[in-house]
Amino acid sequence: MTARILTVDDSASIRLTTKVTLSNAGYDITEAVHGAEGLEKAKSGQFDLIVTDLNMPVMDGLTMIEELRKLPAHAGVPIIFLTTESDADLKARAKAAGATGWLTKPFDPENLVKIVKKVLGR
Amino acid sequence: MNIPDPVAVFRIEAAELFEQIESGLLDLTHRLNDKDQIDAVFRGLHTLKGSGAMFGFDALAAFTHHCETAFDRVRKGEKPATSELVAAVLAAQDHMRALVDRPTDDHGDIGEVLLARLQHAVEGDAPQPAAVQPIPVVAVAQTPKSGLNSWRIRFSLPVNSMVNGTNPLGLLDELRDLGEYKVLVNTSAIPSLDVLIPTDLHLSWDVTLTTDQPRSAIDDVFIFVLDDMQLDVETLTEVVEPVAAVQAPEPPPVATPVVAVAAPVQVPVAATPVAERETAVSNASDNRQAKAAENVRVPAERLDELMDRVGELVIAQSRLRQLASASMDIQLRSVSEEIERLSGELRDTMMVLRMVPVGSLFGRFRRLVHDLARETGKVIELVTEGETTEVDKTVIERLADPLVHLVRNSIDHGLETPEERRAAGKDEAGKVLLSARQAGGEVIITIKDDGRGINRDRVRAKAESSGLIQPGAVLSDQDLLQLIFAPGFSTAAQVTNLSGRGVGMDVVKKTVEALRGAIDVTSQAGEGSEVSLRIPLTLAIIDGLLVRVGTGRYVIPLSAVEECLELSLEEDLRSRGRSFISLRDSLVPFLRLRDLFQTGTKPDLHQKVVVISTGTERVGMVVDQIIGDHQTVIKSMSKLHHDVATFSGATILGDGSVALILDVAHLVAAGQQQEAQVRAAG
Repeated sequence: MTARILTVDDSASIRLTTKVTLSNAGYDITEAVHGAEGLEKAKSGQFDLIVTDLNMPVMDGLTMIEELRKLPAHAGVPIIFLTTESDADLKARAKAAGATGWLTKPFDPENLVKIVKKVLGR
Repeated sequence: MNIPDPVAVFRIEAAELFEQIESGLLDLTHRLNDKDQIDAVFRGLHTLKGSGAMFGFDALAAFTHHCETAFDRVRKGEKPATSELVAAVLAAQDHMRALVDRPTDDHGDIGEVLLARLQHAVEGDAPQPAAVQPIPVVAVAQTPKSGLNSWRIRFSLPVNSMVNGTNPLGLLDELRDLGEYKVLVNTSAIPSLDVLIPTDLHLSWDVTLTTDQPRSAIDDVFIFVLDDMQLDVETLTEVVEPVAAVQAPEPPPVATPVVAVAAPVQVPVAATPVAERETAVSNASDNRQAKAAENVRVPAERLDELMDRVGELVIAQSRLRQLASASMDIQLRSVSEEIERLSGELRDTMMVLRMVPVGSLFGRFRRLVHDLARETGKVIELVTEGETTEVDKTVIERLADPLVHLVRNSIDHGLETPEERRAAGKDEAGKVLLSARQAGGEVIITIKDDGRGINRDRVRAKAESSGLIQPGAVLSDQDLLQLIFAPGFSTAAQVTNLSGRGVGMDVVKKTVEALRGAIDVTSQAGEGSEVSLRIPLTLAIIDGLLVRVGTGRYVIPLSAVEECLELSLEEDLRSRGRSFISLRDSLVPFLRLRDLFQTGTKPDLHQKVVVISTGTERVGMVVDQIIGDHQTVIKSMSKLHHDVATFSGATILGDGSVALILDVAHLVAAGQQQEAQVRAAG
């Protein structure tokens, strides 16, 4: 069965790259443009994985992750966050919020697929 | 599927980000401590850097990084937001635009200069050396094989790892992919059933692995949990035969080890219906935000194409209607009515598609005002209202230059210097109000200032000296003010840097009239001026009133029609020699179109008067017959007919013949003029 991935990013170009990369890798992609929309879509559909940016308008990625993890239905869904800096503080906060893994921008599309595969498991 | 080029998408995105950043910065110039704006600017810079680096705009990413860092420090409260910093980033922004537009050009040392300024603004903080260094999180490149090693890996994961999406099975799979492996699971830490939380993880593992991969490959498996887990890796043997490696490891110190073939049980986490209902309720507030984001970008020319097609459809539909109405076939009639309704709806939907909020136009004035304030030394407060008012996108594009000119004019000629304002007992800051509102089929854009107002004596003197009017000519106040739109008119005693270049007021007026709009000006000495542009909402299709004059048919834009009256033959004869009718106690001048168009026909027994208005002025037009409403697809007239002022365009009727569209503004002016002449004569 095709794994369903929700990607949340306010940057249209990053969204496009993510979508093209992951679609080509055989995943079913749904997009959201900020945390609030991501939360909304995550709640209304079953996703196998969420890939999210952290710095976003309306609702940032950290808040979205926290909110998602509060919901029993979404405990256990792997969440990968994208971050532009190797900011240890931000990474720690995202992990504390309940993120599963991360990927530093700029990223190599191959690397994204690799990490998605890693987190989704076999 | 046609996949858009990410670089092109990035460029569009960058343009939006620049707008967002600029708007935030300009807001900050007024309220330096506005946390929301600081965040917005930071986010914009951050995204610009991140996405830029993704798509090869390295110079942009490197440069933006410094601005982002500066704002990050402000955001975190380490540094105060200063107007110097805001100005430095505003200036830096133009360089960023250049880096997006021409990434490969040599931009010289502009960047360095800007960074030095930024650095100065952040107070002696040296910019951090290298900008964005791509930091690979997962080592993709594998180090060369180093022979076979046997490792004993004992690990336990944080209790909440499964809730946080880490799948221990996946980690074990990854270890197994590295080489020969054997795993024991330790279940001793599992609490008794009554206190067990099924989503918590209490297992630990003991893995023996023989692999040709280096130690770092093991760490890579645990990369995301490395900081929070317990991992103990020790070498068992070095460079051994693979077979020898599969030795039973020492049993772990505690409890009964279980050989995990299928590995630990992952507890499925099911949602209860109650929980789902709760989430559904809390969702409601986010709904709108999510909706607002669902936009599709379409190239403008495709919209224009679609508009053309809809126009053709409307023409074809009106032919069909004509055929159907002449036919006795009920079915044909019903289909025709259906098509009429659908094409009307399609037209309306199409109109809405072409509408964009005026706010996109107003946005660019904030920068203009900011720059003008610096240039003139005046203190200016720009207030915008009605940004959400929507106008056809072509109208917006064509209005941009005239509006720039009008705002410049207000600031340059209208507003006084702070000293002058103080002396006049006014607030030091001059106000410029830019507002938009919809009224019927028109949008009214107003530029209002609270400056010194238009000096009528100077207008008159200037008009007389440039030969626009006769010395001492009697003019109404409105006519006098309208002189500022005459070609070659300028009251500025000296041509400043601001006025005097680009379009003049006459061009402004021409542009507005070309959009079938009108321009009004009012002014109070010492209190300020107000210029209003009244522009039709759309250019392509209008609702028109089809009338007959003589044998010709003409269209009057329905939005301008106030009412229709009957003019009996007797009354017509009685009113000969005068040119106005009494309409509910007010006199309205009227024009006999039959005379104006010199049709040479006899008037109908029951002529009609169509009263049209431009908002402030009214005039009646005598026509022979009112045929009815007509969806009018406007076709512009050829260059040959450019000078025919009475008509603003033409349209094709259902039977294929052409009807001319009356230029309301011109006819109203002509009617008023005729009245003035009659009055002067009488």
